[in-house]
Amino acid sequence: MAKPQAEMLKSPAPKEAVVKAPAVPKVEVAPEQLVYANVLLYGSWLGIALLLLTNVIYLTGLVRPYIEPSMLPQYWGMKASEFVQVAHIPTGWGWISMLGYSDFLNFIGMALLGALTIIGYLILLPAYLSKKDMPYTFIVLTEIVVLVLAASGILAVGGH
Amino acid sequence: MFDWLAAIAGGGLAAKATAAVTTTGVAVSNAAGNTAIPWWVWPLLLFVTTFVLGIVAVLGGVGGGVLFVPIVGSFFPFNLDFVRGAGLLVALAGALAAGPGLLKLNLANLRLALPVALIASTFSVVGAFIGLALPNNVVQAALGLTIVLIAILFVISKNTEFPQVGNSDRLARFLNLGGTYYEHSSGKTVNWSVWRTPQGLLLFIAIGIMAGMFGLGAGWANVPVLNLLMGAPLKVAVGTSKFLLSITDTSAAWVYLNQGAVLPIIAVPSVVGIMLGSFVGVRLLAKAKPKAVKYLVIILLLASGLRSLLKGLGIWN
Repeated sequence: MAKPQAEMLKSPAPKEAVVKAPAVPKVEVAPEQLVYANVLLYGSWLGIALLLLTNVIYLTGLVRPYIEPSMLPQYWGMKASEFVQVAHIPTGWGWISMLGYSDFLNFIGMALLGALTIIGYLILLPAYLSKKDMPYTFIVLTEIVVLVLAASGILAVGGH
Repeated sequence: MFDWLAAIAGGGLAAKATAAVTTTGVAVSNAAGNTAIPWWVWPLLLFVTTFVLGIVAVLGGVGGGVLFVPIVGSFFPFNLDFVRGAGLLVALAGALAAGPGLLKLNLANLRLALPVALIASTFSVVGAFIGLALPNNVVQAALGLTIVLIAILFVISKNTEFPQVGNSDRLARFLNLGGTYYEHSSGKTVNWSVWRTPQGLLLFIAIGIMAGMFGLGAGWANVPVLNLLMGAPLKVAVGTSKFLLSITDTSAAWVYLNQGAVLPIIAVPSVVGIMLGSFVGVRLLAKAKPKAVKYLVIILLLASGLRSLLKGLGIWN
């Protein structure tokens, strides 16, 4: 005999067997590695977004460029050293003084992408120091020196 | 969302991708000989080319840099200095975007990566200066030869998922090189270690120099050294290699940036194109046939390598 609907509504639904997925074993990841990962995650996408935005500003002429894009075919076939001389392009960090021009605005995103690894290593350094892991403290410190030297523009190709 | 692309691709995604790259390459070659081409055609062609390369690179399991420099350097009117500068930024952007996931899953192992990265990044600076100082025809010919050798390496190299590793060498023990990662296919946690560390580090000197000199990503060399020579499991080798690129390419990219060898009109469309192409490539990966795409990559490398070599020798300009 069928139950009245109200009673049927009150009756609990039959329990189905619940199968739990096996838990994925956690692999221990050092906390500084996770922080480094997040620096790369947010920094890389911010850098790429900046590149896109500043490139649109540059190509659309919203801000005046140093070299008009239409003039670039005269330069992009030259060696970089020749281009720098002929077009009077600042080398090293001289681009900062040129941020009023839209082509140099693009360097902000590029510099951010280039800085992320240095920032990541600065996060690793105190972690290895606190663990008294001297070999890796030395490796991280030396790498910071290499990257900062490369970024500084102090090193230069001789004889442009 | 990408079903329409796969449907258009139909029976032969690799063939369609070959046709796309070939058609684009012919268009670029024709345009390069025509001085009446408006300036904006070049960044547009570059974007389209790198978008296709991004798809092919993911499907073929290679980095974008190793395809970008020889192809753009051979078929576009840009000086090789600017192509290499852009190539390093392309490889760097890709490595930085992939790094977080690899670090969080411990597929990029810091203990293995940091000493290797120190060697490779130091010598990539050296390579960058050598590359910028040498005449373009010398670099072009050397690049062409290197790309042809890379294509041959892709043919003969047989990476091993779990290499047999002998007793760890003294350096590996001193640095405590090794780690653990979770292997989904077997449902097991894998403990691993490496050996032949001094030999591996020596090879990374050469890898660093080539990465800086040619503006290549170096993943094509990192993975065989980490996997076949040093014995790291393949997934760890691939993950650590990708992460390594972010360090190696950072130091070399700064040299090119500081020397005025990066033109935003070349670098930015390339970075955006390859990133978008990679995004699409990942979505198509499940439908692609890995072997067919691998052959496509080898053909592209051989063609662009030979073109670069002949261009450098002044035989085919």
